[in-house]
Amino acid sequence: MMLRRFAKWATVFLTLSGPAQAQEAVEVFTAPDSAPVTTLLIRSTTDISIFSDLLAAFVAANPDVELRYEQWGSNALYADSRAACDGRNSSADVVISSGVHQMIDLVNRACASAYRSEFTSNLPSQRRWRDELWGITREAAVIIYNKNLVSADEIPRTRFGLLDLMRRSSDEYRGKIATYDIEASGLGFLFAFMDSQQATTFGGMLEAFARVDAVATCCSAEIIAAVDSGRYKFAYNVLGSYVTTAPHENLGVIYPEDYTMFLSRALMIPKGAQEKETAGAFLDFLLSGAGRTLLAKADMIQENDGDERARSDSTERYIPIDPTLLVAMDVHRREQFIAKWRDSFGAIGEP
Amino acid sequence: MDNRRTGISGAPRTERSVLSKVMGGVLSLLAMGGILITIAAFAYGRNAARQSFDRILLGAANDMAETIFVLDGRPIADIPVSAFGLLALAEDDRVFYAVQGPDGAVLTGYDGEGKNPNLRDVLTEPMFYDSRMQGEGARFVTVARRFSERDFSGAVYVTVGHTLRARNAMALDLTRGAVLVTGVGGIALLLSAFFVIRSSMKPLERLTRDLSERDPYDLTPMPAQGPAEVAVMVHALNRFMQRLDRQVGAMKHLISDAAHQLRTPVAAIRAQAELAIEDDDTRRGARLDRLVKRTRSLGTLLDQMLSRAMVMHRTDNAPPEPIDLRDVALNVFEENDHEVLAPDASVDLSIGEVPVVVMADEISLGEAVKNMLANAMRHGVPPVMIGVSEGEGVGVIWVQDCGDGPPEEVLNTIGQRFERSAASKGDSAGLGLSIVDAVAKAFGGEVLMERVEDGFRVSLRLPTRDEETRS
Repeated sequence: MMLRRFAKWATVFLTLSGPAQAQEAVEVFTAPDSAPVTTLLIRSTTDISIFSDLLAAFVAANPDVELRYEQWGSNALYADSRAACDGRNSSADVVISSGVHQMIDLVNRACASAYRSEFTSNLPSQRRWRDELWGITREAAVIIYNKNLVSADEIPRTRFGLLDLMRRSSDEYRGKIATYDIEASGLGFLFAFMDSQQATTFGGMLEAFARVDAVATCCSAEIIAAVDSGRYKFAYNVLGSYVTTAPHENLGVIYPEDYTMFLSRALMIPKGAQEKETAGAFLDFLLSGAGRTLLAKADMIQENDGDERARSDSTERYIPIDPTLLVAMDVHRREQFIAKWRDSFGAIGEP
Repeated sequence: MDNRRTGISGAPRTERSVLSKVMGGVLSLLAMGGILITIAAFAYGRNAARQSFDRILLGAANDMAETIFVLDGRPIADIPVSAFGLLALAEDDRVFYAVQGPDGAVLTGYDGEGKNPNLRDVLTEPMFYDSRMQGEGARFVTVARRFSERDFSGAVYVTVGHTLRARNAMALDLTRGAVLVTGVGGIALLLSAFFVIRSSMKPLERLTRDLSERDPYDLTPMPAQGPAEVAVMVHALNRFMQRLDRQVGAMKHLISDAAHQLRTPVAAIRAQAELAIEDDDTRRGARLDRLVKRTRSLGTLLDQMLSRAMVMHRTDNAPPEPIDLRDVALNVFEENDHEVLAPDASVDLSIGEVPVVVMADEISLGEAVKNMLANAMRHGVPPVMIGVSEGEGVGVIWVQDCGDGPPEEVLNTIGQRFERSAASKGDSAGLGLSIVDAVAKAFGGEVLMERVEDGFRVSLRLPTRDEETRS
């Protein structure tokens, strides 16, 4: 039994720690008419399109720096960072991931190097850990729906509303509700895991997902596009920032009023980073007024404003950057959680 | 003047001032105390931090152990968030946890550095140990939970650990607090010590200033103000200066006496000698006789002056001792000095059987009595009697002759240092009596001259020792 489990993990590890092909996209940013001296390698789970304005602004402010931005899946990025930490492969200079629990684990394994500045010390304590991990954004997990397919009086304001909707008219929504595949997406797992801790609703949600044959699939952009195109009517726990950056005419966004989960993408400077100083400057830029303005413009810092987001402070749930997230990395907890999840979704990753 | 200046400026150079000495002492005491307290506080802080964070560790470990259950013959840990919540109390510390099966294989958690190597020892009670976590010092605890299920039997071990940042921070914080309090207290102590010492050193400083500004020939007493220690010193100083003053005075007197008293007799001797040379042979014998007489009386005068100087010196310098007056009388009687003055005069001794003890200097007293006897032999009418008697706490040593004593007006002036008339006559009754007087005063007694039934008596009355001890 022991052996079987070990073998399974070894396979996972091998697939994840494969060479740098795991990256999804690469783009290099340089300031126009400049001759960069240093190259800063950023590995991130964030889509390049969302980050590009910010990165361009950074190289404009630091013309001697060339940014090489690699977009990774969160699990692949975690495996790559672990490998870099153990010295099995070359390290990035900056790692940014929405899989905060994975980042916590990396820091806990002493894979990060410390950095202190005026900006980092101004961060609230739940958005930094050990001066080695910083939360740079503030993004909500939302429910999105297709405006054309869901009538206005059907729009749920809370999870209970969605639950009732799924129970009441399960045939109508069969195969029409999507959420992250928690095994493929670190962020999806984190959201689901935090949900399971926040409220007993989660058990009901799983049961209802099972009832309507909900689809667990991968990747924010794909899910959003599918809802927009009418492939799905609802998507649960989608990162709000992805929704608003690209115009989607048919999309409606719900900030659940029972509670809205907020995530802060975590940034870490790996201990093997070549350009630690430039990495620190990049972090400072993100935390500075200019950086925060650009992040807010990309909707990655979502403050409470606008009628659409009518919710009180008490319904905001922040995913803290601290060791409690290590629970989400625990092998047994994961196994049990995923087993429970599979029970609900049947076959995994069925698109 | 030069001497004085070097004397003053030289003194502080050789020795530091008491203030700086005491401040140095207090400072080093505080420094030593500070170091000790810092070490003690750090030890205490570390212990306190260790205890409190060990409890947190143990709580987390127990939390985890609690959730282990056996499913299909396999122990499963349902790691609770609360355990990590506990560990997160040490905010900035990295965390280690491992759940190990009976064979030591890691079921869940971290595998690697920090695992407990001696799992067997943990079966009964939690085991704390220090180890390292990726190069950083860390503290661990292992607890065991035993299962006796149908499909699984044995112990499952939960090890929890964290790095030491929070512990060190807490220990430092406690130490800093203690050191801060100690430091503030120390500074307060130092300041108050400074002010107390300075205020109590004030009289000494004033004394020093007074002394350094004082004319070296000024022997008048100093004002004795200030604390007891200083007063004692000032008193001693004043006593010393008084004695010096007296001695200087006695010396001056001796010199002026000598100048005054010796000039006339020496002139007379010279005149006699010249006359003797110039006179014819018939009268030379008479002249030589007178010359001899003059010379002898000059010798007596010199004796007396020297003995007076000696008495003055001794009364100031020789401490009084218990003396039996009868011994003094007997010594004078037996020395037979009077036989030189008047070979045919008879001297009697009248002493009792009981000792008459007074506090005095024997030699001074002897000189005084010799002078009294010499006076009686010279001026009185034989027979002369030396006697000792006692009464009402007073010891009396007296010399009595059978004459009427000196005339009334001489009696009144008697005891002055010298008398022109006596001196010019080559006589020395005045000087002799002044010695007696000085001795009497030096030992708290008095001289009494009186006409008694069968003659004239000069007595030296001194308080007896019994009286002295009684008072």
